[in-house]
This record gives sequence, structure tokens and C-alpha cells, in this order.
Amino acid sequence: MISVSINGEVRQFDHPISVATLLEQMQLAGKRIALERNGEILPRGQFNQQLLADGDRLEIVVAVGGG
Amino acid sequence: MATDLKLLSQSVAVNHGTHLMNKDTLLIAGKSYHSRLLIGTGKYKDFTETQAAVEASGAEIITIAIRRSNIGQNPNEPNLLDILSPSKYTLLPNTAGCYSADDAVRTLRLARELLDGHSLVKLEVLGDPQSLYPNVVETLAAAKTLVADGFQVMVYTSDDPIIAKQLEDIGCVAIMPLASLIGSGMGILNPWNLQLIMDRVQVPVIVDAGVGTASDAAIAMELGCHGVLMNTAIAAAQQPVLMASAMKQAVEAGRMAFLAGRMPKKLYSASPSSPTSGLIS
Repeated sequence: MISVSINGEVRQFDHPISVATLLEQMQLAGKRIALERNGEILPRGQFNQQLLADGDRLEIVVAVGGG
Repeated sequence: MATDLKLLSQSVAVNHGTHLMNKDTLLIAGKSYHSRLLIGTGKYKDFTETQAAVEASGAEIITIAIRRSNIGQNPNEPNLLDILSPSKYTLLPNTAGCYSADDAVRTLRLARELLDGHSLVKLEVLGDPQSLYPNVVETLAAAKTLVADGFQVMVYTSDDPIIAKQLEDIGCVAIMPLASLIGSGMGILNPWNLQLIMDRVQVPVIVDAGVGTASDAAIAMELGCHGVLMNTAIAAAQQPVLMASAMKQAVEAGRMAFLAGRMPKKLYSASPSSPTSGLIS
């Protein structure tokens, strides 16, 4: 069991899944998002290879209206 | 005949003006823009209104914010980037809501990843949530990091001419002083400081924040500012799309008046507009 913080919300997974799988589960695959893992940008090209680890902190962002 | 001549001369004047204005572009980080009005996309009723206001404004540079995505709770959430295509507009991600240099830098690195390496950004580091006044110490620190990391930084700042010059020296591509507080609609409270900034920096000076209505935008341009960035003045108008159109014309009119060169102000005029001779007696 691993615990991962995603946008400040803690979620638990039975085993380490890839970032790409996580995004699919959250219906964010293919959407215009950017992702930071433990304070570092995770390029889109690495979503398939990167496995989540216990204690990871993810930030997933989108563009919204703003001045 | 007289009417024809009048129409002709009007058309020449209009064409002359149009011709001049076509050549008059805003140059930021090596790219030319025809519109000197930059607008934000916050506070609109919905994306349809956002899109209509953007189109009516004629703006080519559009600011956006970066926020946490939903994480599955709202899979059909509409995406701003589907409405404002990065191929049609120059999107300017901002750091609104950031109170530290670190948060601003993180936000813009995410924005660069989101927008496929796009490096033109709006840096804004706030000092307190009530006034939204910029924290220039954190702004200077963030600007240094971002410029070193290859960003082209358009920077929101106070109207302090010394800080403005320091931001230019760091390598910012546009200096964007407030005219009054963000969202206040108070207009241009200190035109003299804007003048001091324009006298000191070479990069474009764009008034960012404080414009309330069209005349404020025109005044900024008449002062010689290179552009105006606004959000609330349009979005919080009773009819945002109509106000977007008004702002477009105000920025154009103000720019043309600046280029035309206004007459000097004087308390008395010793020269009436009508001939002083040939009066009946």
C-alpha cells in the first residue's frame, strides 16, 4: 500500500502505478495538464515510465481564466 | 462637389491614420503585436462570454492563470485552452495568487510545461491579500531566477521607477506598473511616476491594473505607455463585450493622440480659432 498526495488530497494505492495510469483513472489522460512531482516538473513524455512512490506529492494543474 | 471633396479628405485622413497605425506595432521580446490592449480572462460569467470579450477587444496577448486541476471529480470540466487556442493568441500565463518568489517560479515552470515550452510569462508576486499590492523584493528575486532559466518575463510591479529600472536590468522584457490597485477601477493615480518609469526604461511599459473605464485606458496611452493590460474593467462591466470594444477604441485613440502630439496646455489662449480680421462693424 502506498500513499500519494495529489493536489493536497491523500490517496492510497495497493501497488505503485505509473503516472499515466493514475491520469487515466482520474480521466485526465490526454487533457491539457502539467504535472509536478515532489516540486519538480515531470515532462509528459515520462508519464508512462514513472511509477508513483510512497509519500510522493503531485501537483496537477490546468489553465484557468485569470488576469 | 464640396461634399465629394470633404469625403475624399476624410478618407485620406482615415487611410493615413490606418496606415500609420498598421506600422505602429508593440514589440515584446522580438515579436510584433498590432494591438496594444492586453486582457485577462478572469471573472467572466462563462467561457462563451470570455471568448466574445477577447474577440471584441482585439487583444492578441491574453493572460491566463494556472490552478490545480480537478482529479477525477469533474471529468467533463471545460478547458480554457479549448476556447483560447495557443495558435491564435499569445497566451500569457500569470502567477496571480503567488506571495513568494518560489511559488511564482514553480507556477511558471508548470505553465511552460503546460504550454509546450512557451517562455513568455507574466510575473506577479503579491504582498498582501487585501490590497494585492506587489511585493517587489520577491518579484526581483523571482525575475532573476526566471530570466536565468530562459523565461521572457513581463513583470507586474509597483510604480516605483527605481525598481522598474532594476527589473529591466535583470532582463525583464516589459515593465508593467500598476495605475492603481488590482481590481479597484480607480484609474491612473500617479501619472508622474509612470512618466518617471518611461523616462528610465527602454523595454515596453504597460499599465497593468487599476483601469476602470475607457478614458483611463486612453489616458495611459496618451501618457506614452506602450500598452494597457486589464481584466476587471471589462469583466465587471455591466456589458463586458461592449466594454471590451470600448477599451479597444480607447487604447487606439489614446495611442493615436500620443503619436499626434497634443497641444500644450495653457491657462489663456492668445490665439482664437477664428480669424481676428474681417469682423463686421
